[in-house]
Amino acid sequence: MPFHLRFRLLAPAVLFAATACATARPAVIGIPALKHTEADVHFMTGMIHHHAQAVLIAGWAPSHGASAELQRLCERIVVGQTDEIDLMQNWLRSKGAPVPAATAGPMKMTMAGGMQHDVMMPGMLNDDEVKTLDAARGPEFDRLFLLGMIKHHEGAITMVEELLGAPGAAQDETVFRFSSDVVADQTTEIRVMKQMLAARGHAVPQ
Amino acid sequence: MSLSLLPFTRAAGAALLLAACARSATVVSTPSLQRDARVGLKAGLYNAGEAISNLELMATTKSPPGFEGVTNSDLAFSGKYAIQGNYNGFNVWDMSNPRRPTLVKSYLCPASQSDVSVYKNLLFVSAEGLGGRLDCGTQGVRDTVSSERIRGLRIFDATDIANPKYIGNVQTCRGSHTHTVVEDPKDKDNVYIYISGSSGVRSPRELPGCVNANPDNDPNSSLFRIEVIQVPLARPQDARMVNSARIFEGLTAPERHADIMTAEDSARMAARARTQPARAPRPAPMRGGGPTQCHDITVYPSIGLAGGACGGYGLLLDISDVKNPIRIDAAADSNFAFWHSATFSNDGSKILFTDEWGGGSAPRCRATDKPEWGANAIFSIVNRKLKFHSYYKIPAPQTNVENCVAHNGSLIPIPGRDIMVQGWYQGGISIFDWSNPDKPVEIAYHDRGPVSDSTLISGGSWSVYWYNGTIVSSEIARGLDMFDMKPSQFVTQNEIDAAKTVRYTEFNAQGQPKISWPPSFALARAYVDQLERNKCLSALRIVAVRSALANAERANPSSRQGTLNQLSSELSGEAAGSCDANRMRLLSNAIKDLSTVS
Repeated sequence: MPFHLRFRLLAPAVLFAATACATARPAVIGIPALKHTEADVHFMTGMIHHHAQAVLIAGWAPSHGASAELQRLCERIVVGQTDEIDLMQNWLRSKGAPVPAATAGPMKMTMAGGMQHDVMMPGMLNDDEVKTLDAARGPEFDRLFLLGMIKHHEGAITMVEELLGAPGAAQDETVFRFSSDVVADQTTEIRVMKQMLAARGHAVPQ
Repeated sequence: MSLSLLPFTRAAGAALLLAACARSATVVSTPSLQRDARVGLKAGLYNAGEAISNLELMATTKSPPGFEGVTNSDLAFSGKYAIQGNYNGFNVWDMSNPRRPTLVKSYLCPASQSDVSVYKNLLFVSAEGLGGRLDCGTQGVRDTVSSERIRGLRIFDATDIANPKYIGNVQTCRGSHTHTVVEDPKDKDNVYIYISGSSGVRSPRELPGCVNANPDNDPNSSLFRIEVIQVPLARPQDARMVNSARIFEGLTAPERHADIMTAEDSARMAARARTQPARAPRPAPMRGGGPTQCHDITVYPSIGLAGGACGGYGLLLDISDVKNPIRIDAAADSNFAFWHSATFSNDGSKILFTDEWGGGSAPRCRATDKPEWGANAIFSIVNRKLKFHSYYKIPAPQTNVENCVAHNGSLIPIPGRDIMVQGWYQGGISIFDWSNPDKPVEIAYHDRGPVSDSTLISGGSWSVYWYNGTIVSSEIARGLDMFDMKPSQFVTQNEIDAAKTVRYTEFNAQGQPKISWPPSFALARAYVDQLERNKCLSALRIVAVRSALANAERANPSSRQGTLNQLSSELSGEAAGSCDANRMRLLSNAIKDLSTVS
C-alpha cells in the first residue's frame, strides 16, 4: 500500500551539531558521507508514536489480568520499544530534526504551505479499539490484545516497506539497522502471537 | 533451570521495585558481595575508566584514518594476520607481536556489516546495507533500484594480503548480514558459503528472481531459506548460488521454554505501566505472516552439525551433505527475542545460543533488565535433540548509555573444559566456563565505561575471539584490543599454556574446527590441575604425578620414555576408581602421547 501523503518538512535537511556531548568524536555507524533523507526523518518520527501506543497497551497486561505468557511478551514489548523510542529520539536530535514526545497518538505533519495534519501510522488502534481493549479483562484482554498487536506490528512492517520504497532512504546505517531489526523482531513476535491465538482456540488472522 | 550469577545489584534493584509495588511477594536476594568493579566506570572515547579481571590488556590500537569513528565489526584470522571488518571496508593487522599490532592494509570499500571470513587465499566480505556499491564508492546508492548496488558477498584474492584484489561478488536477494564458510570434505574443488540475511528483499528489477512473498503463495519466495554459494577454488570469481535450502519447511512451533511469570515479573510490569490517552488512528489493512530467516549459522563440519540462529528459533542442522543442510531439531524460548548466533562445545554435546535482543543498539544490561533476556541459552544435544539447561548473562549491570547484549565469541581451547570468551558490546568482554551446562561461571572480564555519559553512542566489543594464544577483540568505536589470559582461582597457567599449544593457519569463528591438542607437558599438567580442582585424584598422588612429569621433562628424551609409559599405564589403571574416570584417561593418554613424540 503506497503511502499516499507526500510530505515536506519545513526544517531544511541540514545537519546540525548534536547536543553537547561529553566526549570527543563519537563513533558514527556507517559511512559518514551518506546523508539521511526526509523519508528517514518521517519514518523515525512516525515510529515514535507507533511504538508509544505499543508501550501503552502492553503496559496494561498486569492490571488487565493477562495470562502469564502474554504478560511476559508484553514486558518484552514495553522494555524493547521504550529503548527504541530513545534510539529514535536520539537519532532525530543528532540530525537536528524536531524530536516528538512519545505520545500514542497521531504524528503532526507539516505539509507544503505550512498546513498541519494529524496522521495516524499504519496498524495503530483507533480510539474505539483502545477503549474496548482497556475495558477487557483476562482471556478477553488476551484475545483483543493479540489481534490488535498483530495488526500493530504488521503496520510497523508496512512503515519499513514504505521507507525502503523511498529514494535514498535507509542509507543511514542507524536507520537501516533499526528498520531491519523492526522487521526481524516484529515478524518473530507476530508468529508467536498467532500461535498464542491459535493455542487459545481463536481464529488466526491471515 | 538455573540462573547463573545474579549480582547483588540486580537483586537489590528488584527488591526496591517490589517494595514499592507489591505486598506479598518474597524476594530471595543473594548475599551482597563486594561491588563489581565494572559498575560506575568513567565515560570517555579513549580515556574511559576500565575494569579488568584475570586478563591483561596488551594493546589497544585505534582504527586508521578513514575508519576511525566508523563501526568496527567482525574478525577473521589468517596466519599472523587479523582481518577486521569495518563499515567502510576492512583493515588487515599483523599481530605477530600482540603487544604491538601493525597495520598492513586498509581497504576502503564501504558496506555494512562487512562481516569477514577467510579461506586459504580468499577473503569474503558481507554487504547488506543499501549504500554498498559494486565500485567500492563512498557516495552510497540513492535509487531504490540500481545496477550499482551490492547486497551479498564480495570476494577478494588475498594471496598478497597487503594488496587484496577485488575479484568478484555474488548478489543475493536479501544481502548478506553474515556468512559462514563451509568446507565439504567430499569436494576438494569448491568451498561453500551459507549466507544469512534478515533485511528487506530486493526488487526483482534490481536482482531478477527475488520474490518478496509468503512461500505459501509463491514457491520461489526469497524468504524462509538460506542461500548456499559455491566458490570454485580455481576460479573464485565464478562463485554462484547453487541452492536455497528451505530449512524452515514444515517447521511446527516447538514448545516454548519458560512461559512462566513470577510475582516479581508482574510487579515490575505494574511499576512500569504508564497510562496515556490514545488518539484516533486511521485503520490499516491486515496482512499475512512475514519472513523467517537465519541471522547467523555456525557450522561444525567435523561432527556434521550446524547451529542456526533463525528468527524465533534455534535450529539444529545436519550438514553432512554440505549443499543440502537439513533441519533436525528446533527450540524456542519465550525469553528469547531474536536468535542470533551459536557455539558448540568441542565435543559436540552442547550448544550455546545467543539472543541479541535489540540488535546490539540498545542498553540491555541495566540492573532492571532480566538476566535471562539478551543472554546466552545453553542446551545439551541428546539424541540429536536440543535440551535447555540454563542462561548466562554478564553479571555486572551496565548503564543506560551503553549498548549491551550477548554477542560474538569463541571457545578458548583449554583442554577438558568448555570455556568461552564473548563480546557484550559496551558490556565489555566476559570469559566463562560452561562445562556444567546448568551452572555457567564467569572467570575473567574486561569492561570500559560508556563512550559518552550523556547519550548512547555505539561502542564496545562486537566480537572477541581466541586465536593462537591471543584474545583479540574488535571494538566498535575504539579499535582493536589484544588480551592475554592470566591464571587465577579458575584457571591455572598450565591450562592456559595447553590452550596456547593449539595453532591454526586460519580461523573463522562461525566455522568451528575440532580442537585437538598436540602432546605437551602443559597438556598433561593441565589435566592434573583439573583433577586437583575437582578432587578426583588424591593429594599424594598429585604430588607424585607432578614430580614424575618434572623429572621426565628434565631427562633426555631417550630415557624419558620408560618413565612416561609407566606413569601412563598406572594412571589408566587408577581411572576406574576415580570420580572423574574420563579425565584420568585423558591424562593417561596425554602422557602416553608425550612418550612417543619426545
